[in-house]
Amino acid sequence: MPRQRPHLSDIYTRPRAGFGGVGDRQTVSRRHFLAGSAAAAVAASGAVSPAPTRAEAASLNLPSELPDGTRAEAILDALPGKKRLIKLSYRPPNYETPIEYFRTAITPNDAFFVRYHLSNIPEVDGATWKVAVGGEGANGQTELTLDDLKKMPAVEVVAVNQCSGNRRGLFQPHVTGVEWGYGAMGCARWNGASLKDVLAKVGIKKEAIEIVFDGADGPAVEKTPDFIKSIPVWKAMEDSTLIAYEMNGQPLPHFNGFPARIVVPGWTGTYWVKHVTSIKAVTTPETGFWMKAAYRIPVGKFPLVARFASQETAVNTPVTEMVVNSLITSHAGGATVRAGFPVTLGGIAWDAGYGISTVELSTDGGKTWQSAKLGEDLGRFAFRAFEYSLTPKSKGRQIVMARAANRIGQTQTPELILNPAGYHHNVIQSLVLNVA
Amino acid sequence: MRIFALVLLATAFAMPAAADEKPIQLKEAPGLDKVEGNCAGCHSLDYVVMNSPFPNAAVWDAEVSKMIKSFGAPIEEPDAKIVADYLKKQYGN
Repeated sequence: MPRQRPHLSDIYTRPRAGFGGVGDRQTVSRRHFLAGSAAAAVAASGAVSPAPTRAEAASLNLPSELPDGTRAEAILDALPGKKRLIKLSYRPPNYETPIEYFRTAITPNDAFFVRYHLSNIPEVDGATWKVAVGGEGANGQTELTLDDLKKMPAVEVVAVNQCSGNRRGLFQPHVTGVEWGYGAMGCARWNGASLKDVLAKVGIKKEAIEIVFDGADGPAVEKTPDFIKSIPVWKAMEDSTLIAYEMNGQPLPHFNGFPARIVVPGWTGTYWVKHVTSIKAVTTPETGFWMKAAYRIPVGKFPLVARFASQETAVNTPVTEMVVNSLITSHAGGATVRAGFPVTLGGIAWDAGYGISTVELSTDGGKTWQSAKLGEDLGRFAFRAFEYSLTPKSKGRQIVMARAANRIGQTQTPELILNPAGYHHNVIQSLVLNVA
Repeated sequence: MRIFALVLLATAFAMPAAADEKPIQLKEAPGLDKVEGNCAGCHSLDYVVMNSPFPNAAVWDAEVSKMIKSFGAPIEEPDAKIVADYLKKQYGN
């Protein structure tokens, strides 16, 4: 197995090739993507969440709250098979989706964000790939090929995959980690076999408490803990928890887990193991680094319903379901709009699958809130588009706030909920528009 | 998946598709050679720039310690101190 990382001497001596270098960044950064003719087109059509066009290429639009270092080094860069995304780190690859691609409720595969913890990422051959299913909490064991999975009843779910640390870069004070802006998320139509059906092939003992996943990606040095994740059996048995082999009607892109990944609707992306090679039922809690030490939040700080009881301690608990959230995507911070002309603000809202009930906007600093119009409902786990028409009256700075609520009464937080690793940022957005 | 297991499964995997990684030039200062030699084997050095300049000395110490203790980075103690000092001076607050 050849190591994928280049020899160290290569890292430092290879000349820059292609686009995406420092010079390139300067030509595209901080361009307000609704400036000029594109803005006029949107205003004239009044369209909800228009899809990006070729004339309206993605731009960096790095939030001003990001660490200075992040703003200095992030560039637009294309991984093989991907559009130019916001590169935060090359190796392991961590690339976020520019907000233009969130103007529709479905995120295109080639613009879907990329997140890896470990840098040894093999390209898997779908024809010979197998996933082993078993474990000491199962009655038997088996191996399934891609064809085996495709012969099983197909289940489709439209679901948001969002990194637990999305918006970590907006934390004040800053915390270390991948300094994501708004784009460590995406929503796709996932197709695959239900995990419940896969587990039924081996039979799960009644003592089983967790289902453990491992993928083909591994560490650069052997002592680095392999990325192994578990979910409680109750979550694994939900109808919509999948081993997915299709994303928006296509095979999964390599960098999103080809040929198959775990899909855990409502829960953060950390459990959505890519290139999955092993599914095990266990009767004792998984104790690896990525469960026991990483991806944990303080107990009682977040208004969450879903618990992962077998992994809880007195002080912390694994991150589980996503918090309710929203994002204005028609305009980036600093975009210019015209006084006296109506402008359609659009965006998306999502939660852990309880269902978005309202999205409200405020143009007076949160004193009063007006309901936005919700778009098509693609399912309770999906992005829900919204739109709101605003006519800015006077020139100058106009702050627009957006907040979503869900059907169980959860809403976004007005103040950041601090936690050491920078998870679950769902502070009500305050978008600054320049009215000219 | 562990590396030894990957070897067994080598027939299932073709050559990996690596990102077109560009060189990351950190600030020229004493200790840079140790940072490049000890850190870049596991991750690109844009991680350093991205996580700056907000960490104070204690945070950079904790990061270097985490790389060694949690992630198994094979960094000897004298080098670990040089790396941490470089990060504090060049990418700290």
